Amino acid sequence: MSSLSRFALIRNGESLKTSRIPEVPISDFRADILKMISSGKRLCALILNEKEKKPAKLLSVLSDDAEGKLYLNSSEPVSSYPALTPDLPQAHLFEREIYENSGIVPEGHPWLKPVRRKPADQAVFFKEEGEEIHEVAVGPIHAGIIEPGHFRFQCHGEKIHHLEIQLGYQHRGAEALLQKPNRFSLSIAESICGDSAIAHGWAHCQALEALQGIRPTLKAESLRAILLETERLANHIGDLGAISGDIGYLPASAYFGRLRGDFLNLLMLISGNRYGKGFLELGGAAFDIPPQMRSQAIETLQRAKRHLTEIGEMFFGESSVISRLEETGLISQKVCADLGLVGVAARASGKDLDVRQDHPCGLFRFRYIPTVKLTSGDVFARAMIRFLESQRSLDFLSAVLDSLPEGDLTVPRGKILEERLSVSLIEGWRGEVCHIAFSNAEGKLSGYKVIDPSFHNWMAVAISVRQGEISDFPLCNKSFNLSYAGHDL
Amino acid sequence: MIEIIKNRLKQGYRTSNFPNEKPELPERFRGRPALNQDLCASGCADCLSACPTQALTKSPDPEGKTLSLDMGRCLFCGECAKSCPDGAIVFTRDHRLAANKREDLLIQSQEVKLAASLKEEMRRLFGRSLKLRQVSAGGCSACEAELTALNNVVFDLGRFGIQFVASPRHADGLVITGPVTKHMKEALQLAYQAVPEPKIVIAVGACALSGGPFMDSTEQLGGANAIVPVDLYIPGCPPHPLTILDGLLRLLGRLEDKMETVK
Repeated sequence: MSSLSRFALIRNGESLKTSRIPEVPISDFRADILKMISSGKRLCALILNEKEKKPAKLLSVLSDDAEGKLYLNSSEPVSSYPALTPDLPQAHLFEREIYENSGIVPEGHPWLKPVRRKPADQAVFFKEEGEEIHEVAVGPIHAGIIEPGHFRFQCHGEKIHHLEIQLGYQHRGAEALLQKPNRFSLSIAESICGDSAIAHGWAHCQALEALQGIRPTLKAESLRAILLETERLANHIGDLGAISGDIGYLPASAYFGRLRGDFLNLLMLISGNRYGKGFLELGGAAFDIPPQMRSQAIETLQRAKRHLTEIGEMFFGESSVISRLEETGLISQKVCADLGLVGVAARASGKDLDVRQDHPCGLFRFRYIPTVKLTSGDVFARAMIRFLESQRSLDFLSAVLDSLPEGDLTVPRGKILEERLSVSLIEGWRGEVCHIAFSNAEGKLSGYKVIDPSFHNWMAVAISVRQGEISDFPLCNKSFNLSYAGHDL
Repeated sequence: MIEIIKNRLKQGYRTSNFPNEKPELPERFRGRPALNQDLCASGCADCLSACPTQALTKSPDPEGKTLSLDMGRCLFCGECAKSCPDGAIVFTRDHRLAANKREDLLIQSQEVKLAASLKEEMRRLFGRSLKLRQVSAGGCSACEAELTALNNVVFDLGRFGIQFVASPRHADGLVITGPVTKHMKEALQLAYQAVPEPKIVIAVGACALSGGPFMDSTEQLGGANAIVPVDLYIPGCPPHPLTILDGLLRLLGRLEDKMETVK
């Protein structure tokens, strides 16, 4: 029997009957996953299948990025099992999460620590011993206006040997709130991670729409795509400004910072909120873009494109900037694949993962945004990806705004169909935002899982600073700019 | 170098003329809500069930003011205004929202009691130089991003003598965002204790005011004033940078329009 037949197939934004997901003994579950990974698939999710009490079933979602397919399988109920992490490093945080949420023990997991639910200060940290080795502890409160998290460095002089990142301070119980059937859940989804309100909000809408068997109009899908790309622009350009600031290149920091505001203001023009909160609606969108606003937006975008090019050329044309960014915070292509990185971080390390290209949904099924890939895996690559992607998004926005389809803003909501599971992927500006929703026999929402791209990528921050100087840490961290709240939920 | 100078000339002068000029916010911007009790006659409760955070309450009142909106809970999503068949709730384009007391955020009409300035001694100390330490205690990064935006060239917080500093020991007060998660409670208390007296606390955003969208979660404590005394409440999800700036300047007694009640 081929391994593919032991998986259920689904595409992004679709739902399937939960009974169609094959349930196999844990040994087969493990072996099948490993086989699929060796044939180029990627671990999109490894979670508890609904119940958070042991014994429970595990559920995996594997992504075939080349074919645009998602493969699901489930294990029989287990209380413990041989951990996947030693064979599959990208499972490391998923298995810690399973252990924390249910008590199911992934035996042989190399570093079975709490993820977010236990107070982080009770965690144990790896400690390096030796002459002249010293420890630097930073956080939870950091020096800037930034979310809390704890960073523990093992250093030899200025050189970082090891960094361990312990999060959980931001744990607000967002996922638990989403698990309860609640028609206000969209306002929670929009606040999972405030800079990705559209990405998480859309992923949430799409997950529920799939469970209800409804699909928004092309009009609403176009509007959603416009907001998503505007959100990407605001964040990418803001990050370029923050990177400029971290290396002390203040003109670029000021100009990028100002330019970022143009996109937040564009979001406000359309939705009334600088982060697009309140724009999405289950079944569509709450706001249209009337013709006059459209021409105003196109004008803003054209001006922004000119400014972006000018500031970008100034920034990347400076040899001292390039020498500061190049070969700092390296993530090799192998580490990228091993850790299962997603989004900007993956594309900067030679992996052209992009949900908009690999698992297109909504308008992206009809309008293609060329994916940008670089191979050097350093801060330079992560900055350059943002610059290039911003230009692609600007072109996309101008084209879509120019030919916005006619149609209704929303379609009527349906009833949640019984015993189904939906997988919803959206390429947020950081990377793949994944929401998984379960319904029960009564047609009620019975489970909900959120995976922010940061969940896949935090380990990369720790790896990227190894053997570097501790003074490079802020720059490396900024080049990823991961979400604490998105991780802690 | 020549590129920097060329860009500098092209960029021009970008700092807004706030507070000397009234800000122009777009038509769809949802600022200070205004209630018209006279229009709320039909006796329905559609707005109550449309609100995601139970910000609206309705109670029988002899004066007829039965509908109240708590801006501390409000996400400014506009669902209540959309649901009202009588147009009794509208979101104005007024960005001014900040108040000194939690109860001042409860509005029943077109009026709101805006924040008053600090007492004279505090104003003498902080009026022209205020150093703040920001603590995110479960904030989703939207409020944090708007606080960061205050430092950009457009809002340019520094021109008012207000600055964010790295250590609470260098600070005159805290700016708190987020509903205060259980896991951040201790860190927040320590940061508060580390700020030298006299000190002020500013809570920013629906989460820090009431728990916001997370108010039903047992993992959070329902906002900053559950842990520390708050001197200034700035509503919003997130508040517009001008809303924050307006609140800060009001607290320091530095705004021209001194009236505390606006129509």
